[in-house]
Amino acid sequence: MSLNYDELLNPVARDMKPSGIRKFFDLAGSMQDVVTLSIGEPDFKTPWHIREAGIRTLNEGKTAYTPNAGLVSLRRAVSSYMSRRFGLTYDPDSEVIVTVGGSEGIDVTMRTLLRLGDEVLIPEPCFVCYAPLAQMAGAVPVTLATYEKDAFRLMPETLKAAITPKTKLLVLSYPNNPTGAVMSKSDYEAIAEVLRGTDVFVITDEIYIELSYTKQPLVSFAAIDGMRERTVVVNGFSKAYAMTGWRMGYLCGPKELIKPALKLHQFGIMSAPTTSQFAAVEALEHGEEDVNMMREKYNMRRKFLLRTFEELEIPCFEPLGAFYVFPNISRFGLSSEDFCRRFLEEEKVAMVPGSAFGESGEGFARISYAYSMDHLQIAVERLKRFISRLEG
Amino acid sequence: MSEKEKILHYLEQNARLTAKNIADALDMDESDVARIIASAEADGTIRGYHALVNWDKTCREHTCAVIEIKIHIRHGEGFEEVAKRICAYEEVQDLYLMSGGYDLMVVIEGKTLRDVARFVGEKLAVIDGVTGTATHFVLTKYKDKGVMMDAVSDDHRLMSEI
Repeated sequence: MSLNYDELLNPVARDMKPSGIRKFFDLAGSMQDVVTLSIGEPDFKTPWHIREAGIRTLNEGKTAYTPNAGLVSLRRAVSSYMSRRFGLTYDPDSEVIVTVGGSEGIDVTMRTLLRLGDEVLIPEPCFVCYAPLAQMAGAVPVTLATYEKDAFRLMPETLKAAITPKTKLLVLSYPNNPTGAVMSKSDYEAIAEVLRGTDVFVITDEIYIELSYTKQPLVSFAAIDGMRERTVVVNGFSKAYAMTGWRMGYLCGPKELIKPALKLHQFGIMSAPTTSQFAAVEALEHGEEDVNMMREKYNMRRKFLLRTFEELEIPCFEPLGAFYVFPNISRFGLSSEDFCRRFLEEEKVAMVPGSAFGESGEGFARISYAYSMDHLQIAVERLKRFISRLEG
Repeated sequence: MSEKEKILHYLEQNARLTAKNIADALDMDESDVARIIASAEADGTIRGYHALVNWDKTCREHTCAVIEIKIHIRHGEGFEEVAKRICAYEEVQDLYLMSGGYDLMVVIEGKTLRDVARFVGEKLAVIDGVTGTATHFVLTKYKDKGVMMDAVSDDHRLMSEI
């Protein structure tokens, strides 16, 4: 007799909805010559000197585990980056963990903090991992809608209205995937004001923070007055240094949280990949020019797309971070999924329906500009043709 | 890097970028970028704009060779005079004055091996001052101006979702 997996599996895992993007990608994958605008990772390859740093340590036979929290040199480099970039002080010995990408950091933090029935506040639209990870930790995700009229920022009154005695955690993720929204220092101040006097903890996923296109200095939520003690910063190398496949992220937080989180990381992961850690040290120590170059190119593409939407009279708020634009396609009278499906079927261009990132993403589409200008130009020509046909 | 150098860098990578595109990247005014490009064109800093063609993808017959040239400088002349004479041939694609074991390096393109051989024998070797040549035929061009020649797609990404 075969096993009854329905009975065997953890119901939370069994019933977890797959990423809303999956269905759409199966369709795109079955077609030829599709121009994609859907990938959420840099089109750049990891800068050569960073790759070489990894290769060098392989040649030297540095293939063993590192300390559980990560190489001391890498934790020091992270600590020094946090200090020079955000004015934040983290002790490399007790307040930094090197993780397998930002995602593991989010997972470990949630499992360290959350108890059965705790509520986790998640502003949407957002990246798809937060709610499932909270559920696996036994918590209840509560979504907070954000709106185009507010430039997709989390508004303090929305937060205030959602806090209950059960609220344990708020997830901030700015610059945001999929909207490209950012939070300024004063936006964060207003959020901090709501949190003061509560016991709500914060995960701030700042994986896109280096890809900010404002002239304002970068601000981490942990740097807002009084927030450091209740905040874990999640960051990593994937987006800024084009190192997605290296799986390199890190957590910075108060040692009271980092210490138990390190136990989970130790038992689940042991230590992040050693080769990647050596490459990450090189990235933090000598990669700034590369980040600047990539940011310039993303900015070129961002402005090109914004101008295109303006010409096409498709409303699109100005995203000031990440590498996505999130145009409002509601005036075409199609759901975002139908719009994206028809665009794919008729013009072979793949975007992601905004609804894949939460209900409040309905009426929008996510376009990634992690693509060359030539590629974007082809896609834009097809978009123009598609729209003029829709409008008949 | 100065603004001008940055602009040149962008154009060297992709000459089809507009002044507007470059201005977007560098947070400059389009008109300032256009002015800098125009002045670089006028003063000869920018010498032209080319497509990077992989002729192996076409039916066109072609052969490429690198030729090392040794020169005996006559009294009162320099490398310049000989170089100018060699440059005058339209088969010559690139010409460099070199340090090391020989003096000039020529890159030439012809239709056939015989074309290249004829150029060396009939045009190059007879130039006054040329004392020796060594011709190396290119078998395969893998990379040109930083671009891989046979790449089907430049996109190295392995995951097609999220």
